[in-house]
Amino acid sequence: MVGAYPVAMTPRRENLAVVPAYNEEATVGRVLADLREHAPAWDVLVVDDGSTDETARVAAASGAHVVRLPFNLGIGGAVQTGFAYAEAEGYERLVQVDGDGQHAPSEIARLEAGMDADASLDMICGSRFVGPDGSYRPARSRRLGIQIFAFILSRIVPGRITDPTSGFRLYNRRAIRLFARDYPHDYPEVEAVLMLHFHRLRMREVPVRMFARGGGVSSISPGKSVYYMVKVLLAIFVGLLRARPVVVPGQDHAVRAQSSI
Amino acid sequence: MAGRAHLVSILATAVVLLAVFELVRRRRLLERYALIWLGASVLLLTLAVWQGLLGRVANLVGIYYPPTALFAIALAAIIFLLLHFSLAVSRLTDQTKILAQRLALLEAEVRERRAEPVTGEGEGDGVDVAPQAAESSV
Repeated sequence: MVGAYPVAMTPRRENLAVVPAYNEEATVGRVLADLREHAPAWDVLVVDDGSTDETARVAAASGAHVVRLPFNLGIGGAVQTGFAYAEAEGYERLVQVDGDGQHAPSEIARLEAGMDADASLDMICGSRFVGPDGSYRPARSRRLGIQIFAFILSRIVPGRITDPTSGFRLYNRRAIRLFARDYPHDYPEVEAVLMLHFHRLRMREVPVRMFARGGGVSSISPGKSVYYMVKVLLAIFVGLLRARPVVVPGQDHAVRAQSSI
Repeated sequence: MAGRAHLVSILATAVVLLAVFELVRRRRLLERYALIWLGASVLLLTLAVWQGLLGRVANLVGIYYPPTALFAIALAAIIFLLLHFSLAVSRLTDQTKILAQRLALLEAEVRERRAEPVTGEGEGDGVDVAPQAAESSV
């Protein structure tokens, strides 16, 4: 299994898949099995975000590393735990794979290919809306929200953003370091794109297939979606006004220039 | 009428000042927050007692009935205090989040070390053992 990576010779670890899960006992086992099958080169860390069900036990039984948060922090805090772990353990790459079964581990290879193709990219975001497989049709209200964010972000950051709320993302070491220090609390995806841009890190979208949720309850209920919109819009505009780090693009210490929040 | 309002405002601000003082004395209120409360209540008491100053302030902002100015200033003080507390809560939320994350990571590490058989004691060894363990269970 170790194969191409002689563990004894690499002081740094390579790949970490972070699986945030909040009450996902129904689906997390399947996600972990898929990860083993389709992404065997990836170590797996399940971040149990204060679940009240058997999520952590199911995950541990599957052989994943499990980190249990003492109480629910929300998706941002949970994923950031993964960044902190990856930074401390020296992982080179991190991919977020949601515990609800939305993200297909078999698609990780596409994210990797995107990053391998251009070494200057710090984040690869899996998009449901580009490419031939762009058949994903979310509910209308949600699609409208996504389009609004995509429109705004595409005006701010270089390159076109089609799926700003996608959490299916691959990060390199620099992005890991940035987000281990500072990651938005709730609904982090849109804001993270902005943060990346302001820290002069680069990202690109690649087409991926995603699945409908396999079970459990989405963190974004219809009632919360208005709050979600307003909160993220506020985050975008505040983010625009925030003092930006002045760094040379591509420099290693770009991540440390940040001081706000 | 103005005399009674004068008296009430002195009484009210004096009660607030005393209450804050008492809370600090009983160590129920942290000095950090007490200072702001004390500052606000001293300011209000000063204005309540010293009608001349209040009158002048009221005149300056164009309020004809000075006791109203007192309430306006009290309202401003309250808004300031609330904002201050929102800041404090935000900071606490952030710190709590970081604590929860560190705790969870430490707990996982402790759990792993305890469960693991005595194979790799050395620091360098320990780094190598974990991924192999993870993969062998794959």
